[in-house]
Amino acid sequence: MLKTFKMGGVHPAENKLSAGKAIEKLPLPTTVSIPVAQHIGAPATVVVKRGDEVKVGTVIAQSSGFVSTNIHSSVSGKVKKIDDVMDSSGYRKKAIIIDVAGDEWEQGIDTSDTLIKETHLNAKEINAKILAAGIVGLGGATFPTHVKLSPPPGMTAEVLLINGVECEPYLTSDHRLMLEKGAEIIAGTKLLMKSLGVNKAVIGIENNKPDAITRMQDLTANEPEISVQPLKVKYPQGGEKQLIKAVTGKEVPSGALPIAVGAVVNNVGTAFAVYEAVMKNKPLVERVVTVTGKSVKEPSNLMVRIGTPVTDLVEAAGGMPEDTGKVISGGPMMGRAITTLEVPVTKGTSGILLIRDEEAKRNEVEPCIRCGKCVTVCPMGLEPYLLMTMSEKKLWERSEDRHVMDCIECGSCSFTCPSNRPLLDYIRLGKGTVSKLIRARKSQN
Amino acid sequence: MSITLIYTVVVLSAIGIIAAIILYYVSQKFMVHEDPRIDQIEEALPGANCGGCGYAGCRAFAEACVAENELSDLFCPVGGNDCMKEIAGILGLEAVQKAPKVAVLRCNGTCDHRPKTNAFDGAKSCASASALYSGETGCAFGCLGYGDCVDVCDFDALHMNPATGLPEVDDEKCTACGACVDACPKDLFELRKKMPKDRKIYVACRNEDKGAAAKKSCEVACIGCNKCFKVCPFDAITMENNLAFIDSDKCKLCRKCVPVCPTGSIIEVNFPPRKIKTGQVAEPTSAGSDTTDKA
Repeated sequence: MLKTFKMGGVHPAENKLSAGKAIEKLPLPTTVSIPVAQHIGAPATVVVKRGDEVKVGTVIAQSSGFVSTNIHSSVSGKVKKIDDVMDSSGYRKKAIIIDVAGDEWEQGIDTSDTLIKETHLNAKEINAKILAAGIVGLGGATFPTHVKLSPPPGMTAEVLLINGVECEPYLTSDHRLMLEKGAEIIAGTKLLMKSLGVNKAVIGIENNKPDAITRMQDLTANEPEISVQPLKVKYPQGGEKQLIKAVTGKEVPSGALPIAVGAVVNNVGTAFAVYEAVMKNKPLVERVVTVTGKSVKEPSNLMVRIGTPVTDLVEAAGGMPEDTGKVISGGPMMGRAITTLEVPVTKGTSGILLIRDEEAKRNEVEPCIRCGKCVTVCPMGLEPYLLMTMSEKKLWERSEDRHVMDCIECGSCSFTCPSNRPLLDYIRLGKGTVSKLIRARKSQN
Repeated sequence: MSITLIYTVVVLSAIGIIAAIILYYVSQKFMVHEDPRIDQIEEALPGANCGGCGYAGCRAFAEACVAENELSDLFCPVGGNDCMKEIAGILGLEAVQKAPKVAVLRCNGTCDHRPKTNAFDGAKSCASASALYSGETGCAFGCLGYGDCVDVCDFDALHMNPATGLPEVDDEKCTACGACVDACPKDLFELRKKMPKDRKIYVACRNEDKGAAAKKSCEVACIGCNKCFKVCPFDAITMENNLAFIDSDKCKLCRKCVPVCPTGSIIEVNFPPRKIKTGQVAEPTSAGSDTTDKA
């Protein structure tokens, strides 16, 4: 039976143009710029200097705290400089720029395709390898994976959810990964289960990917502990809390983490990266990125080294169409428009979307007609129209009382608003300000 | 006269008298003794309720004045020194004289100096735009131009100039209340000491990028070359994060830093035109370039 989350949700046009395209390896770029902050938490500390020779997999920046992670070189060559480069936010951030020379990997990394299923490592050793390999959540939020695998004291995980939902329109990287690296994902899932000490895992996949569901069901036929749960097509089902609700029926309380209801959610891409890190000693140096758009000549799924400029990806997909109005890093619902194609691919880049000029424009903003559609579609049960007004009027305390911090920024409210009101823009502003206020309050106490 | 009417009048009067006694007693019992000087001070204040003093309004400021033993930490930027003198007179305290200030915009990235690289069509608010990304130009530090500062100005002292895309401060109307300083998400406003004849010299830039990157995104960006820092005879200029800053307390308006700035990011306002030295030919630059060409 198909399951889904109960509250809210929308169904934007799917447009999965690249679903039938196998993952291709993108040729090596000439230079890469690898930002030192590609994850939520403290930026890593640079440990190389100008002129250093690096190989693929060399640690170039070290984790600088619990919520932080290592950064590895994705190419072999020489460190050109350590400088600020523009990232997808438009702000310049510190990055390590490496000139590429060949493709030499660090010793001990297994680059073959052989599938290794069995391991003698215990939970602690698995976690240590994940930490060393710099694995972060590849769904887009880039939360360091080793943190998720270390539940706070007093809390235990009961079930591991593997997120193969991919509810964002256009994106197909997780879909292709499940079809082509399914066995590895299952192996990675088992490693995650061992690390967490749980004996139950559920892979959630939306019903618009029947081939992926069949493939994963075949692969888990002899795995009683892992099951596949087909889900109704509804956005934002890939959100952690929505997926937990859809699969287990449990609701994560406001302000709490999924572990509060005994669940840990990891993306299929993360499970694959965990498999490669533990079984093949391969750090996170590449990821699958969907390059797509209605006018794009060859929408494709590319295996890209971290730090590759977006230009290279667009070239590989047949160049920039003339009618491009906006380039988005990520999906159309939650992605970010980028201002230059020189932006590097980071661990969190799941897709590059070229939107046509005619579709890229926002419509004129009109007054709120109190239709309540935003309230109906909000998957977190918030009142977006009210939160927007509170942000406009700078009523931060009141918007905190109305749980502005629960917003997952899925954009369903803005998507559905018949008056084209910039609901999410203002709620984001409210979230930012309120989180600053909360931090200030905590530091006072 | 009917007996009912008499009863009615008597009972009503009795209730009225009892109620009046209770009211009087309660008002005496719960009376709040308020310092009459608070009202006096509130009278003396301009009544703008702008919050520039750091208090919720003029009444709150008046209460704070009465509660303090000295006025050194309290200042009404709108009323200025005269107003503070009056307040000091009411309280019998020493008034602290402060130099009047005025807000300046530390960005000169007009449309000509800082071309647009992309277009933003989200919510028309600087706070919202800056939470999303760096802005419509290559400079991540400059003015976003949606006028959050104009919206918060209670004194009509700020207006957007449609030609430059930047807000302009009306020195006559600006009271240095600091509302724009708080409102600007890029922290571009600075309250500077008012100089004689309303003259001003300041670095109209907040760009912390290294020289080449700064210059590439904006023609008039401070490139942190240190030239002004070296030429200043009064130690008024400090360099930090590839950016010069002129301290208005130390600056003597000598204007030496202005011509040495290679990008023209130091702005001088209300000065007479510079005199051309005697003996120098008109249009010195073109004449000079001619000779170099021949050589």
